[in-house]
Amino acid sequence: MYNITTDIKRLSFFLILIGLVAMAYGFFQSLTVVSDDKIKSTVKKIAKELNLEYKSKYKLETKEEKNIHLDEFDQLIENSEEDSKNINNHQKEDYSELIYMVEKKLHCHIDPNHVHTVSDVVYAAKHYFHAKHQRPWSSLLISTLFFLMVSVAATLWWALQYVAQAGWSALLLRIPMAISSFIPYAALILIFIIITAGLHWHHTFHWMAEGIMDPSDSYYDEIIANKAAYLNIPFFLIRTFICLIGWYCFAYLLKKYSLSEDKYGGGTKWYNKSYKTAVSFVLFFGITSAFAGWDWIMSIDTHWFSTLFSWYALASFFVTACAFIAIITIYLMYNGYFKELNNSHMHDFGRYLLAFSIFWTYLWFAQYMLIWYANIPEEVTYYQERYDYYYPLVMITLMINFLAPFLLLMNRSSKRSKGKVLFVACLIVLGHFFDVFLMITPGTMHDHWHLGFVEIGTFLGFLGFFILVVFRNLSKYQLIQKNHPMLGESEHHEIHIH
Amino acid sequence: MSNKIIYGLFADDELLLDATKKLVSKGHRVNEVYSPYPVHGLDTAMGLKYSRLAITSFLYGMLGAFLITLLMWYVMVSDWPMIIGGKPNFSYGQNLPAFIPVTFEATVFFAAHLMVITFLFRCGLFPGSSSRNPDPRTTDDKFLMEIHESDSKKITEIKSILKNSGAQEIKVKNSNSELLEEFEEKRKKEKNKKKIRSKKNNGLLEKFFKIIGKNPKKNE
Repeated sequence: MYNITTDIKRLSFFLILIGLVAMAYGFFQSLTVVSDDKIKSTVKKIAKELNLEYKSKYKLETKEEKNIHLDEFDQLIENSEEDSKNINNHQKEDYSELIYMVEKKLHCHIDPNHVHTVSDVVYAAKHYFHAKHQRPWSSLLISTLFFLMVSVAATLWWALQYVAQAGWSALLLRIPMAISSFIPYAALILIFIIITAGLHWHHTFHWMAEGIMDPSDSYYDEIIANKAAYLNIPFFLIRTFICLIGWYCFAYLLKKYSLSEDKYGGGTKWYNKSYKTAVSFVLFFGITSAFAGWDWIMSIDTHWFSTLFSWYALASFFVTACAFIAIITIYLMYNGYFKELNNSHMHDFGRYLLAFSIFWTYLWFAQYMLIWYANIPEEVTYYQERYDYYYPLVMITLMINFLAPFLLLMNRSSKRSKGKVLFVACLIVLGHFFDVFLMITPGTMHDHWHLGFVEIGTFLGFLGFFILVVFRNLSKYQLIQKNHPMLGESEHHEIHIH
Repeated sequence: MSNKIIYGLFADDELLLDATKKLVSKGHRVNEVYSPYPVHGLDTAMGLKYSRLAITSFLYGMLGAFLITLLMWYVMVSDWPMIIGGKPNFSYGQNLPAFIPVTFEATVFFAAHLMVITFLFRCGLFPGSSSRNPDPRTTDDKFLMEIHESDSKKITEIKSILKNSGAQEIKVKNSNSELLEEFEEKRKKEKNKKKIRSKKNNGLLEKFFKIIGKNPKKNE
């Protein structure tokens, strides 16, 4: 029996406090946003003062280009390159003053490299404030999704032990059970985010924007309008509820059978029930995890699509769930619980972390390489954005999520040591937070991204909440399932050299 | 003094493991064990060194990665640069993602195949090699322990340990082939006996009981 310590409570409350402060700061910042109309009128006013014409040359040029024969294409490229060079050199000085004045008046930041006309200044300023408004919401979504999917993936891990009839893990099945108890909390926050997105409080899901599917609207986007049959708010909510309620029910059933086994014992009766539930959960999750990946993450980059994406996201969450289970187990071992566990159990955790880190890299690379090689404009934009603005973070993510576990856990003896497995598990949690950050932020904040107090603070707040819920649940029930039929196998678990 | 080989035959892997532990704790060295399946914990009990096969696997993998990189660089970049998917192959680094799958496959191919071949040669299992198993019963249900020793005092000590720990047969020979010859002669005799017996008595049930009587199982 485990009892939650005051240290854990203090730590989690402290982290929750950080999270609340970070979110309050983020939402306060997002309130100071300047409206689109005001931006337009201010920029127009300043442009008039500086004698700059408010029109978009950019659009006129693109219209002309459309009706050009293919033979003249090379000639055209040369001409247009020269033209644009001349235009840029000639007009950059003028715009720098405009940009400076707009920045000073509206308290924003505009990248001068993307400005070719006055309307570009309006566009850039609008984007800046959209991103500012978006920042707390997307950091909330990142942390919610991270911890929701980790607790669901831990349930999957738990179910897989039954499906595979694994013996080694029988001692520590209460840990994924405790993690699965976080599902309802994160699910409620996710539903809140989705409903507020539907009410246009924020602009996380681009396809929810008003008028985007209306041909008469200036905001009309044909590609997104063609996806209306799948991407509409009622159907989206139905899918969300099916996923969340289904996962919660399966986690509840597995928990119920596990506790009944403690209470009534009796051979393999409850084990078989858990087995059947676990098999149905794995089948259910196989389908719903695809919807989860498409809906909550991939639909943020609405134009883009990848058939592999849901698996890639699932691999990310699953390896994080393994890392969390390993971290909690090792923490309890350091505090004198789980005396029956030996370094062969650590070996298995090390294998899980190594194998699924490689699996994650495999899926990441499989998705990246095909898109890189084919170089189709509608697909390549996803990586274009990430490589232009997020390149250092992408590389750090790859280092932490692939190279670190690969090199640190390759050796047999390091897989069998508690400290090294704990270290790599912590690295993996960090690396996959970056990974989820890279899944969501480029689609919502584009080049105006931050990885600062709001994002990290929100993550820490969720971490505190997660720790509090998980350890409360761990201390509610017996730490070891005393009537599990494979308990003896788990106690005598040993991996031999061959 | 001549080198002698002591053989201890066991019917149970637990007994074999106990005998090994006893012998090692008394300072003797168990040179070889023949068993029909891998016995858990025997490697550590025998004090076997960690296999160096993994190191060869790493070296072979590196070799494979290097060779295939050389091949791809020569074919795709140096000798005849080809433009595939709108990507001019003027440098290896810029097109690295395209070369990774092949590098991976070649690494695995070299590591796996060369490691298996190394393993077979290290065990003396090259083509045309003969079996080195001195007692064919170890491919069925028996476990044979082989101890090389020249000191006659130690030989008697080892024999007593083997006897106490439940060995079925204990033999001292000069070489493996001697034991094998003995075994084959014995088998021939038994075959002849069986032929005579089966001519005398065709009752299957009686035969069954005789076999059971001959092989009493331990009730441990």
